Amino acid sequence: MNSTAARGRAGVIGFIVAETSLFAVFVVAYLFYIGKSATGPYPREVLDLPLVGTVCLLSSSITVARATRALAAGRIARTGAWLLVTVVLGLAFLASTAQEWRGLIVGRGLTIGTNLFGSTFYPLVGLHASHVIVGLVMLSLCAAFAWSGALKTVHADRVELVSWYWHFVDGVWIVVFTVVYVVGR
Amino acid sequence: MSSVPTAVPAPHDIAPASESSGVLATLHEWVVTVDHKRLGVMYVVTGLVFLVIGGLEATLMRLQLTLPGLTFVPAETFNRLFTLHGTTMVFLVGIPIIFGFGNYLVPLMIGARDLAFPRLNAFGFWVLLFGGVLLYFSFIGGDGLYGAGSAPAVGWFAYAPLSERAFTPGNATDYWNLSILITGFGTVATAINLIATIATMRAPGMTLGRMPIYVWTMLTVSAMTLLILPPLSAAQIMLLLDRFLGAHYFDTQAGGSAIIWQHFFWFFGHPEVYVLMVPGFGFVSEIIPVFSRKVIFGYASLVAATVAIGAVSFSTWAHHMFTVGMGGTLNSFFAASTMLVAVPTGVKIFNWLGTLYGGKLRFRTPLLFCCAFLFQFLCAGLTGIMLAVAPFDWQLTDSYFVVAHFHFVLVGALLFTIFAALYYWFPKVTGRMLSERLGRWHFWLFVIGFNVTFLTMHIPGFLGMPRRIYTYPADRGWDLLNLVTTAGVPLQAVAVLIFAFNLVYSLRHGEVAGDNPWEAWTLEWATSSPPPAYNFATLPGVTSRRPLWDVQHPDDPDGPHE
Repeated sequence: MNSTAARGRAGVIGFIVAETSLFAVFVVAYLFYIGKSATGPYPREVLDLPLVGTVCLLSSSITVARATRALAAGRIARTGAWLLVTVVLGLAFLASTAQEWRGLIVGRGLTIGTNLFGSTFYPLVGLHASHVIVGLVMLSLCAAFAWSGALKTVHADRVELVSWYWHFVDGVWIVVFTVVYVVGR
Repeated sequence: MSSVPTAVPAPHDIAPASESSGVLATLHEWVVTVDHKRLGVMYVVTGLVFLVIGGLEATLMRLQLTLPGLTFVPAETFNRLFTLHGTTMVFLVGIPIIFGFGNYLVPLMIGARDLAFPRLNAFGFWVLLFGGVLLYFSFIGGDGLYGAGSAPAVGWFAYAPLSERAFTPGNATDYWNLSILITGFGTVATAINLIATIATMRAPGMTLGRMPIYVWTMLTVSAMTLLILPPLSAAQIMLLLDRFLGAHYFDTQAGGSAIIWQHFFWFFGHPEVYVLMVPGFGFVSEIIPVFSRKVIFGYASLVAATVAIGAVSFSTWAHHMFTVGMGGTLNSFFAASTMLVAVPTGVKIFNWLGTLYGGKLRFRTPLLFCCAFLFQFLCAGLTGIMLAVAPFDWQLTDSYFVVAHFHFVLVGALLFTIFAALYYWFPKVTGRMLSERLGRWHFWLFVIGFNVTFLTMHIPGFLGMPRRIYTYPADRGWDLLNLVTTAGVPLQAVAVLIFAFNLVYSLRHGEVAGDNPWEAWTLEWATSSPPPAYNFATLPGVTSRRPLWDVQHPDDPDGPHE
């Protein structure tokens, strides 16, 4: 029995539950204010489906799962490689968000203070993006440890917990994507 | 690896403390500690200190309301006082005391060495402490745009849009916001910690069905905390975005809603009351059996009722909002779901009465406080059901009847169970008994003072006295009632002074307690008083809900009867 691993799992599950209820309120606020902006621009006019970023982020769940499986099998170099792929995919997602925000702010003049759409859009997508950044920091550290030789098979449980967080961030994006780009457009 | 057996070195925290002594060394030990017992004590002491501060704020308000037309406390100051009083009592008294006891008792009761994440635990405490300091720093830092020095004056609920920058300029509201936000992070961290501990670190044989009721209550409220505190944090982040970045979440001129803050706040705020109260039920469920010399009556139903209260509490929040115009359907739903809470709560009352019934009662101070709790909590519950009836609430909302109701919950029920718990577990924590004689003085003065103040307070509510007013004219018929309400304050203040003296005096001069002074049966009494840093040298086997009974009565163990 590995009680340290059990503790870690219980802790991360608790953390994810708390994070879920944090996101839930931002999602509820977004849904509540759909169509209530007093002035434009409106989502229909300015939002495009971020398909490339979404595909990158969702597929990174697969690559991080490959990384944890490789680590459990003791293949450290392969673990590092899959982690690197995961980080690159995450960065690609962030780049697509950055590009979208630049277009909205510079091109369309939509900021957090423009209308209710801006007020609810940036915090919701931004909260998710900040979670992506935190996940990327953790994944990059794991990748760096894999190359430096510090990462061993005994750490498989811990890397798995990082991957749980990453799956959670992906799951949140599915909700945000549905609410913002499908329902809200 | 050498094959020569060597003595296993003790972990360094088991080894005797370093030779250096003195105040600084002691302070250093406490500041750097990650021990759940020390952190638990620090939580509870923090809560008691803030209890005195919050009590002084209440005293100032009561002095101002003693007679009609007084000008002792100006209107603006009065608003600050009730804001700080409410915020302090919920976030800086209730939460630290409840989670402090959880910190101290949960690992001992389930036979664990510490919480699952000791350093996270220390983080939770320090974040809470400095969050509290930040709130009170608003006295000198909150001046912002106007005036010199101010404290938040938006109520503990800080209803937006009234707490938006247009209506509440200056920094005081931001101190409230940031302070509660960061104490929230600490509380969520501690809740996660307790859940992980209870889920993974129970002693062999300590199945879920054998856990002390108190541990069940902490598991329930920790789970609730994970679901209710982050929504409050989210709403507070939205308010910060509105106030600092010009967002429009609660800005009605931009199409924002004037009541959605109330929904977010009370989705936290109502379950929060149960987060504070349910561990109080846990205290009572541990104390009453020991002082009745019986097993708890209906363990399974008591656990089920605990979890049921937690579950139902998520669908009751909008009974705080009957007067905002939600419409008949929602009003009916929230009225019905609020009344539903009375069912599991009623089950618990009968569990406690059934335990007392036919018991060999020992009326020591902890049981006295539990008995007063039973009466006062019943009153609190009954006025709660009255207020759950929406039309009744329309009549009495924002009146002193509501104030009296929730003080019966938070003082008459919660604070009384906390006093009971302090008398009950003080010997375990310090190794010395609290004085029984002073305890009786504390009990009788407080129970009389409490009822003089808060039983009376119901009546001006019926007579139409609104809450949060800083003064009132003489011709309303509220004069005598307010005078009596304030007259109870000195009785309670003296009781608290006696209690504080008892704590300090007994720490040095109390009767030596021994490991198990109450002849109790749960695991925390199986180790020495105070427990060593490692908690248990050896654990008794757990084969029932009362492991120490089984140790003392090997011929008649509990297991076959459960």
